[in-house]
Amino acid sequence: MIKHLFDGVPRRGLLMLAVLFAVLLALPYFVSGYLITVLILILYFAYVGQAWNIMMGFAGQLSLGHALYVGLGAYAAAALYVHFGISPWIGLGASIVISAAAGAAIGFLAFRFGVAGVYFAILTIAFAEFARIGFDHFAWVQGSSGLFLPVANYTQNDLWNLRGSPTMFYYLVLGMTACAFILSHLLLRSRMGYYWLAIRESPEAAQALGINIFRYKMYAVVLSAAMTSLAGVVFAFFYNNLFPEQVFSISRSIELILGPIIGGVGTLVGPLVGAFLLTALAEGMGEMLLRLGVDVPGIKQVFYGICLLLVVMYLPDGVWPPLSKLLGLDHKTPDRGEG
Amino acid sequence: MAALLEVDGISKSFSGLRAVQEVSFTVPEGEIVGLIGPNGAGKTTCFNLITGVYRPDAGQVRLAGQRIDGWRPDEICQAGLARTFQLVKPFAGLSVMENVVVGALNACSTVAEAREKSKIVIEKIGLWSKRDQAAAALTLPERKLLEVARALATGPRILLLDEVMAGLRPTEMNTMVALFQELNASTGLTILLIEHVMRAVMTLSRKVVVLHHGQVISSGTPDEVTRDPAVLECYLGEEAL
Amino acid sequence: MGLPVPVEIYLNVAVSGLLTGLVYGLMALGLSVIFGVVRVVNFAHGEMMTVAMYLALILFQAFGLDPLIMLVPIAAVLFAFGYLLQIGLINPFINRPEHSQFMLLVAVALILVNIQLIVFGPDAQGLHTPYSFDSYQLGPLIMDASKIYAAGAALAVAATLFAFFRFTLIGKAIRACADNYDGALVVGLNVKRLYALTFGIGAACVGAAGAMLMIVIDVTPAIGPAYTLLAFVIVITGGLGSMPGALLGGVLIGMTEALGGLLFTPSAKSMFAFGLLVLVLLFRPQGILGRKAT
Repeated sequence: MIKHLFDGVPRRGLLMLAVLFAVLLALPYFVSGYLITVLILILYFAYVGQAWNIMMGFAGQLSLGHALYVGLGAYAAAALYVHFGISPWIGLGASIVISAAAGAAIGFLAFRFGVAGVYFAILTIAFAEFARIGFDHFAWVQGSSGLFLPVANYTQNDLWNLRGSPTMFYYLVLGMTACAFILSHLLLRSRMGYYWLAIRESPEAAQALGINIFRYKMYAVVLSAAMTSLAGVVFAFFYNNLFPEQVFSISRSIELILGPIIGGVGTLVGPLVGAFLLTALAEGMGEMLLRLGVDVPGIKQVFYGICLLLVVMYLPDGVWPPLSKLLGLDHKTPDRGEG
Repeated sequence: MAALLEVDGISKSFSGLRAVQEVSFTVPEGEIVGLIGPNGAGKTTCFNLITGVYRPDAGQVRLAGQRIDGWRPDEICQAGLARTFQLVKPFAGLSVMENVVVGALNACSTVAEAREKSKIVIEKIGLWSKRDQAAAALTLPERKLLEVARALATGPRILLLDEVMAGLRPTEMNTMVALFQELNASTGLTILLIEHVMRAVMTLSRKVVVLHHGQVISSGTPDEVTRDPAVLECYLGEEAL
Repeated sequence: MGLPVPVEIYLNVAVSGLLTGLVYGLMALGLSVIFGVVRVVNFAHGEMMTVAMYLALILFQAFGLDPLIMLVPIAAVLFAFGYLLQIGLINPFINRPEHSQFMLLVAVALILVNIQLIVFGPDAQGLHTPYSFDSYQLGPLIMDASKIYAAGAALAVAATLFAFFRFTLIGKAIRACADNYDGALVVGLNVKRLYALTFGIGAACVGAAGAMLMIVIDVTPAIGPAYTLLAFVIVITGGLGSMPGALLGGVLIGMTEALGGLLFTPSAKSMFAFGLLVLVLLFRPQGILGRKAT
């Protein structure tokens, strides 16, 4: 299987990826604390964007309530750690199960009852909001007062309990993003990938070719939810506090889809490119404004909004397709192997 | 010859309008059967009833003796019945090859196998030179070929073609007709086709079923049917042949 | 659940919910008109309403003018905003897929909310009219004067809108576009301009609703997204494309929220709106008064 991992990927692209990965591995030795945090953010959004991309870009289902899965994953692992001292590596099992169940419930309700397109998106928003308000009153996780993870001064990184320096988290998220990337690549070339794309392009034709639409849409939703929940676990243990208002908020849901939309929905590299562009530009702009003495909360969001607007208007397929052409990486079937 | 597809007294109404009324006919295995009739006769509705897009209000559809009415379209395809659409539905963002692989996956267990099978089908149908092009970039005749290739790749026992000749130039049409004749002769593929282009129907079909106002008004060999006064009346009375 | 609540309280809460619901209904009416005709999901609806609310606030603080009196100018400003939005942002991209247009408005919403945050800050701001603390009594019912005036204004505006669509030529032209886009083009209607007009009208509704709501609640930038969602819940519950449906939905949601807040906890009241939305989406997606999509 490893042998076939690189089948059909253009050698140039492979080389670029290898260089990029090497650079990312070595980066912590050269850059300081603040930049590491920015990089963690970039990789986090790349990861979660990739997870969302599976549902939207591959199977064509627009979810605007993905923060639900982040939040469920975060709270599950965090609560188990705070109340029972269970390591997040074990707790993530609960995160995955709970998020996957939520995804399955939403998917089942939506697909059985024919809720699609924009209506589906609104349904996902409704569920996320439901969770936000529900968790506000959920006493076991301290509701709206917030769930706090115990932070202590560790001289060493404790990987088992995810207590440690930003550098530790950096490598963790880098690993997760790389895995998500490889997983998506494999999925795209598998039966599931082909079927998802078929469903995205024309559900009617897909059915006529023997594809069980309901089943494959469910796979997409559940996988996406499960993957996203892991991001939630990282979120909880990195920030060490969870508030329903923040974690489940619709701004979170919109934030995490900006990367893939700007980078290119449905492409493999899109979420990564989008996350990098967006975060790097936003942070850079924020830094610049700070130097000028301007510290305005909300200006970053305005910037995101403008970026989103421009991309949707003028680059509807995202930044990656024209960029890949520029880099000489596009061929007829960019992500799926030789013809 | 045993009947591969049996349509037995199917009826369907939409909001009180009777689209199909007690339609019955059989498609013997290994035969090419034509389904003709004026516009609005209910031909595509019949197709949709057979392929599971709609559920018949009454009657049965049997494939190789097994009832398939009420099944989902994907279940019916897996049972060996494939179809094309009148308004072609290519997977626009995918290449020709990828389109056909989707179909081939119905009959193959691995993607590699499906790719091999797809190559054969694409070559047979004449789209080899376009295999890596996005389906969105194809011309209409090419899209029709793709539609057929995709359906063929599923490995069907019977293929339902919905007005596949419409919009094709005479040479393209001849290629299609020859293709179907060859498939039928060499692999024994059973075909049921809806067509308006009489030349194609008469050349290909050994048996023709005529629909009018949702009912079967005639059935037999092409010669018999074209001489049937009821058929002549419905065509000449409604529109020029 | 504690001491039994007397019937009068339920009645009062229900009526209060009904009155506020009428204003919600007007807001949702704007969304319904926009979606019913232009077929665009206006994700910036609530954010546009908060713009109107802040506008009302500024006018009140600067000139002491009651929002209900400033109703027409405020609606006019929002009309212009909606008209320009449609012309500049949506018409050029009318052939894009649904979710593309949706994201356009998501972007607009994002920008609007945060500009408001930057300009006005996150704190709640309100205004007090001379009648803010007045109330009318009708038997066991005690109703806030502001709510009654707001509801009355909402009904008046809604009635004007109904009349416009039913009796004026432009109104009929707009309805024609909604029913049959290609047919309208063939008949020679300048569909793009009518779309812009419609978006403007929808925005004006939202502007009027905002002005009315300002005398009843306080404004913060954060309520924009909340009201966008509420508008969707109302429109989907009442029936997309149905104007009476929007008002009915508004009243239903207003009362559900009020009673839900009474029966359970106030902060959980939107949960009921969402619960209702989920039920409607599943079992009657065309809404209570909507027509089934063919």
